Amino acid sequence: MSNARANPFNSIAVHVALLTYTAIALFPVFVILINSFKSRKAIFRDPLALPDGDTFTLIGYQTVMKQGDFFLYFQNSMIVTVATLFFVLLFGAMAAFALAEYRFKGNLLLGLYLALGIMIPIRIGTVAILEMMVASGLVNTLWALILVYTAQGLPLAVFILSEFMRQVSDDLKNAGRIDGLSEYTIFFRLVLPLVRPAMATVAVFNMIPIWNDLWFPLILAPAEETKTLTLGSQVFIGQFVTDWNAVLSALSMAILPVMILYVIFSRQLIRGITSGAVK
Amino acid sequence: MKKSGIKWHVVVFLAPALLVYTAIMIFPLFNTLRLALYTETDQVRHFVGLDNFRTLFGNAHWSGQFWNALGNNMWFFFIHMIVQHPIGIALAAILSHPRLRFAALYRTAIFVPTILSFVIVGFAWKLILSPIWGITPDMLKAVGLGWLYAPYLGKEEYALTTLALISVWQFVGIPMMLIYAALLSIPEEVLEAGEVDGITGFSAFWKIKLPLILPSIGIISILTFVGNFNAFDLIYTTQGALAGPAYSTDILGTFMYRTFFGFQLQLGDPHMGSAIASGMFGIILIGVCIYLFGIQTRLRRYQF
Repeated sequence: MSNARANPFNSIAVHVALLTYTAIALFPVFVILINSFKSRKAIFRDPLALPDGDTFTLIGYQTVMKQGDFFLYFQNSMIVTVATLFFVLLFGAMAAFALAEYRFKGNLLLGLYLALGIMIPIRIGTVAILEMMVASGLVNTLWALILVYTAQGLPLAVFILSEFMRQVSDDLKNAGRIDGLSEYTIFFRLVLPLVRPAMATVAVFNMIPIWNDLWFPLILAPAEETKTLTLGSQVFIGQFVTDWNAVLSALSMAILPVMILYVIFSRQLIRGITSGAVK
Repeated sequence: MKKSGIKWHVVVFLAPALLVYTAIMIFPLFNTLRLALYTETDQVRHFVGLDNFRTLFGNAHWSGQFWNALGNNMWFFFIHMIVQHPIGIALAAILSHPRLRFAALYRTAIFVPTILSFVIVGFAWKLILSPIWGITPDMLKAVGLGWLYAPYLGKEEYALTTLALISVWQFVGIPMMLIYAALLSIPEEVLEAGEVDGITGFSAFWKIKLPLILPSIGIISILTFVGNFNAFDLIYTTQGALAGPAYSTDILGTFMYRTFFGFQLQLGDPHMGSAIASGMFGIILIGVCIYLFGIQTRLRRYQF
């Protein structure tokens, strides 16, 4: 590669290649966003033009606001995601601590048992999950989704967090024990703050699939009051197929929250992936 | 130090995670496998053994759909393997180039599609490829390739491949990141030793770097495999539960959904749905076992 380093032609070629792929990656998002602000005629006449004084309109957004309850959907998605992350992190960290810290019979076996869920998708059990949720009256409540996503997120969370908990120094914990701290205090006060970066990684890994999932909202909570943003936009767009302004605006509104989350957490996410946390 | 008795704090630490995981994930998984052995007549559930599987594989109507979905799923996975991996590796190799400017910016931008939901991705591409809007035909015409255009999602022969490519477009960020990380972990000394022996540029990539990132490629392959064999959202969003045109984009996920919930005139059948889910479970299990015992153990890992 040292030859390539010195050659300015190669470095231009590298940037051309990367710019081309970046354009391919961003093009659909770009097209959707600019056209969501254009009048219907302009959308069809010149789809690639930016909106200007003549073509600018918010009519699509107005339709979306009138017809769909996007704030409710957004709120539902938010509740489900935040509650799930809370339970995954709390329960996951507790279990990870137990597996990493204490020697007891069946420790290894329990670890393997939990690791099963990393490879086997929870969707396989959907029929029985739905039956259980119907029997317990949790269908069409956000709790159904929170429980399912918590179960889905725990295996990887325990796996990643226990790796990190093993690295927390024994001296620190033993000093705490000598000072008479209980095991619970040691966990919450000494260990948890130290594995915060790993917790952030786990949170970011879980956040996106939960926010974007369509399968479980569609099956477990399709009622109007419990629709998540992903399901809500899917249903809305399905109903308004011919209203291009509304469809493009709904898509843009669905893109926005994810993009904001991504801008906030992208460094964390990329560091999480590249630090080998998923290996 | 306590020597005997149950350590209650260990139980307290483990209980919530084990309880939720067992009740919501493991138990339903096995319960689904069990339900595949039952059927329902006049709202009474009764045990029928392997009858559902006999129907699934023996009845021409069912088995035709099953093999169609499985074949489509294989093709879907195959496209990922031959398109996603090379693009991901190429992007990672370029990005890991030392002294590349704006590397972080490129990385962040190329990863954007991966964070979008299938609903957004599916509809966005459906609109862009749509003959009504005309973005794709116009762009192809502009570069003199107008004859290449077809309503890709509406043609039986192209729809599945088009959807697989959309899925590749969405997920190429993950192999890119993982391989990028693997490439960065290769120590300079190894590459310098290669340079001393006259191995540089492309041959350094093929002879030194590629063998070192094989374990990462293995992990990406199995993640893609599991993801593809329980995929559903993209097909459902763009083509609906019927996975048209003429079931040409039907994969196991959509087939199971249709069977389980019913569509149009066909009533939902949770027991046949469970049988299909069991089939998916078996396929994923076989794939994971092949990876764990057949591939992973043969890939040498290098520790630096």
